[in-house]
Amino acid sequence: MDTEQFFAASRLVIVAGKGGVGKTTVSATLARAAALAGLSTLIVEVEGKSGLAAVFGQGELGYDEVVLAAGGGPDGAADVRARTLTADAALLEYLRDHGLSRVSKRLVSSGALDVVATAAPGIKDILLLGKVKQLVREEVADLIVLDAPAAGHAITFLQSARTLLDTVNVGPINAQARDVLSLLEDHRMCQVVLVTIPEETPVNEAVETAFSLEDRVGIGLGPIVVNGVYPALDGLVADPAAVEAAAASADVSLRAGEAQALADAAAFRLDRAALQAEQVGRLEERLPLPQLRLPFVFTTEIGPHELDELAHAMLAEIGDLAELPL
Amino acid sequence: MTTPADVAAGGIGDLVRHRSIIVCCGSGGVGKTTTAAVVALEGARLGRKTVVVTIDPAKRLADALGLQGLTDTPSRIDGDWPGELWATMLDTKSTFDALVMKHAGDPEQGERILGNRFYRNISGALSGTQEYMAMEKLYELHDETDFDLVVVDTPPTRHALDFLDAPRRLSRFLDHRLFRLLIAPGRGLAKAVNVAAQTFLRTVSRVVGGEVVEDAVAFFQAFEGMEEGFRQRAARVNELLAADGTGFVLVASPRRDTVDEAHYFADRLHEADISVQGLIVNRVHPAFGLGDRADGPGAITAATAAGTARRAESLADTPIGGLYRNLADFQAVAGREHAHLAGLADTVAPAPVVWVPFLSSDVHDLTGLDEIAAHVFLRAG
Repeated sequence: MDTEQFFAASRLVIVAGKGGVGKTTVSATLARAAALAGLSTLIVEVEGKSGLAAVFGQGELGYDEVVLAAGGGPDGAADVRARTLTADAALLEYLRDHGLSRVSKRLVSSGALDVVATAAPGIKDILLLGKVKQLVREEVADLIVLDAPAAGHAITFLQSARTLLDTVNVGPINAQARDVLSLLEDHRMCQVVLVTIPEETPVNEAVETAFSLEDRVGIGLGPIVVNGVYPALDGLVADPAAVEAAAASADVSLRAGEAQALADAAAFRLDRAALQAEQVGRLEERLPLPQLRLPFVFTTEIGPHELDELAHAMLAEIGDLAELPL
Repeated sequence: MTTPADVAAGGIGDLVRHRSIIVCCGSGGVGKTTTAAVVALEGARLGRKTVVVTIDPAKRLADALGLQGLTDTPSRIDGDWPGELWATMLDTKSTFDALVMKHAGDPEQGERILGNRFYRNISGALSGTQEYMAMEKLYELHDETDFDLVVVDTPPTRHALDFLDAPRRLSRFLDHRLFRLLIAPGRGLAKAVNVAAQTFLRTVSRVVGGEVVEDAVAFFQAFEGMEEGFRQRAARVNELLAADGTGFVLVASPRRDTVDEAHYFADRLHEADISVQGLIVNRVHPAFGLGDRADGPGAITAATAAGTARRAESLADTPIGGLYRNLADFQAVAGREHAHLAGLADTVAPAPVVWVPFLSSDVHDLTGLDEIAAHVFLRAG
């Protein structure tokens, strides 16, 4: 499908997944891909110290917005901007906007927010999501990518609006929760992109999370990103004799032990690729969502160069999608 | 850098043999829960009565450990070993409930707290509670049962080590000035401040509703007098964590972000005067072209990897191009991993370090745990 049409499906994309699956990398990739397609993009981070800025080759993020990847270039890319939200800062802003700035400082500095947050669980989450909602409403970017908290906490986080409506039945927080809920339930405004890797446990957990999000939060699910898929590579053979034959036909002479090393590395790749294919198939079977597969990057850290590679891979995958995911 | 050979005589196995508590910590997604299970299984194999406290095991591993439901009491896993293996899943709420009942002046006070809505939210909403209760559970199992070895998994959060300052955090929460003033209104000098407290609470009520504030006030009133007991208990838990019989094992994967997290954990422990007693690195890529490197990431230098990459480049369109590309890719990864891990091994030195390679499938039974154990306890042939 058309990439612009794809990114126009909802203004807010919430990226969720367990620890270790590359959630932050995928948030960055989505944002950069959208920017390459010409959409101005804002990444919102809520946990701090996620390593998001490092992916763009930049230092730590703050509450104030920064440009992580400037647009321009031959493709007319748009900017990728980013900011961190904290519950404390969101609360200060909220109280100030509601004419309560006199006590707001003390509420935060005395640690009283902890007490209030315990009295009404989900209040921190609602403050964060309320701020996100404001950003969506103000249309601060064509696409807003929310790097959600990791693991099971993503469900709690997104469920906070519902939980709060049960505890707090009057007042501004109640109104805020209602507002957030209507945003989350509006599939044209907001969708969740789940991230997983093609391994057994992460696949199981992604399936569980997907159903929980639909049933318990009523949130719309976009395509699921399968991260770290070994790209196809021609000519891999796991047998040293076959490696020797390939060398001979390429007129290459191998050093001692080299055939074995090439064969071992090929065997490892073929073995893992087969396991991955099995898990990708299992995911397809159990979760009727379109998949966007991102290649495994052969390094231990993602930087701007790898990010661009991933963003282009994502654009190609989107191009291959048959129809609107929603 | 400490190599596995240096510590083969003792290594992680020594900890399992001699310590009475092993805490596994590390960031999410590095195989911490599985590693804790592996360590506990080894305890049973060495003839010790061992229990593992897990936080959130993947379903199939939980099944393998006999943890179908959320259960607060350890269940025994049968197997062919001289010791005993027990497992339990942390239930934050019931652990906290038991703690409240233990410190309550009388059963009525305990019940009053347990029935309070604000209290019921604490276990789910107050940050750090899960971490704190994991350590409380550890203390309880160590102090009140006859297990020789307690192995505990820590929550997969960046705040996993918050339990180290649990006493301070908890007292800050329980002694909250504004609520204390509210509980004891109008005594002398406090009176003036009390006006501010009332203003504050009115504001909170306006934002979240009066009912919520009433719940909170009722909780702090019911809790009156119990803070000291909680504080003392928390201090004893911390003493136990710093004691000689306790060993902290860092679990990591070789990716840069998780290595950074592992450095952070090591620093936090160091600040608390606790040294890392072992490092287990999971999901290490093999280093092809250097013989059998099952014992660790090989010394693949950037030059070796670059050489292979150049060869892959020049042979790209030949029948052997793919094979070289693939070897170059894996050598690049192994080289990077080696560089990250060397620094981490230096940080935790002289603690033993073991590398567990990528395994061909997920671990969800005792056979799988044994396969990892072979690497952790250096039995891999």
